Amino acid sequence: MNFFQKVGFGRSRSAESAKERLQLVLIHDRAGISPGKLETLKDDLINVISRHIEIETEAVEITLTKERDQHRLVADIPLAPIRKRRHTTS
Amino acid sequence: MSAKIVTITSGKGGVGKTTATANIGVGLASTGERVVCIDADIGLRNLDVIMGLENRIVYDFVDVVEGRCKLRQAMIRDKRLDTLFLIPAAQTRDKTAVSPQDMVRLTNELRQEYDWVLIDSPAGIERGFRNAIAPADQVLIITNPEVSAVRDADRIIGLIEAEEKGPGKLILNRVKPEMVRRGDMLGTEDVLDVLAIELIGIVPEDESVIVATNQGIPVAMEPNSKAGRAFHDIARRLKGEDVPFADLGGGDGFFGRISRMMRAGGES
Repeated sequence: MNFFQKVGFGRSRSAESAKERLQLVLIHDRAGISPGKLETLKDDLINVISRHIEIETEAVEITLTKERDQHRLVADIPLAPIRKRRHTTS
Repeated sequence: MSAKIVTITSGKGGVGKTTATANIGVGLASTGERVVCIDADIGLRNLDVIMGLENRIVYDFVDVVEGRCKLRQAMIRDKRLDTLFLIPAAQTRDKTAVSPQDMVRLTNELRQEYDWVLIDSPAGIERGFRNAIAPADQVLIITNPEVSAVRDADRIIGLIEAEEKGPGKLILNRVKPEMVRRGDMLGTEDVLDVLAIELIGIVPEDESVIVATNQGIPVAMEPNSKAGRAFHDIARRLKGEDVPFADLGGGDGFFGRISRMMRAGGES
């Protein structure tokens, strides 16, 4: 997305969003994992990990990516700030 | 001589399977190849009207399958191109009247006497689609530069590979070069980026397709139609000729390059 689109000039160039949306939907289609299923997985993951470590549940991100023929589930799970963790574990 | 069996399919309906089948058939037959087009869309036949042969149907494919007539009797010869034939679908039956085995058996009967058998697949991924790809030596997947059509094409590409009928080749149909140029339509490169499949044809959106179809004339029989020319190119590529792709805005044409450079410059 370029500057002019961001600020709302020239609504054109919809082909770019078509391509982005396609790439995203195809990653899910090909892996056979719907965005909803991923969301459920994320909730389960948060529950399990929270039993052991305190994490920033709001910031957890689970994404599907594809490199060549390899699908990959990528989880970005930020931990809670150290101060907070010390407080709860002590 | 043994015919090559080519199935044209898409997943999504309305992207141009039937038009492509008829016109690739015309393209091949106009170079003297002996071609049989089979309408595998049982219950929703349309290849007959696209080819302009609807008034000459006596028997259909299901009549052959169920033994009411010989394969020869169901074949309609196109009077304008005497090496082009149609086997129409039944209109009052459904896809379950034919099995994949029937398709293999009957197309094998055609192999000896013809050069090409083109099968017009129905939309969807169910029985009719399975019937259509069962005998295929080569599958052509046709799509339009739209999110939904490309998504369905991707699904079909996967199914064809699973059936060991791959790799298929892609026809990108109904491209509007002007819209591609101004960035409002997926271009050939965009579609090939996401699908990872070899291209066999790019067909521009062309009003002459509708005009020709209205009259029962396949557009490839019209000498001045851009779409018609694109279908002739596909026929030649099927025969193994190296035919360069015309630039339809998404390729390496001058305007395409300039607009992409400008787009790249505007990013970040």
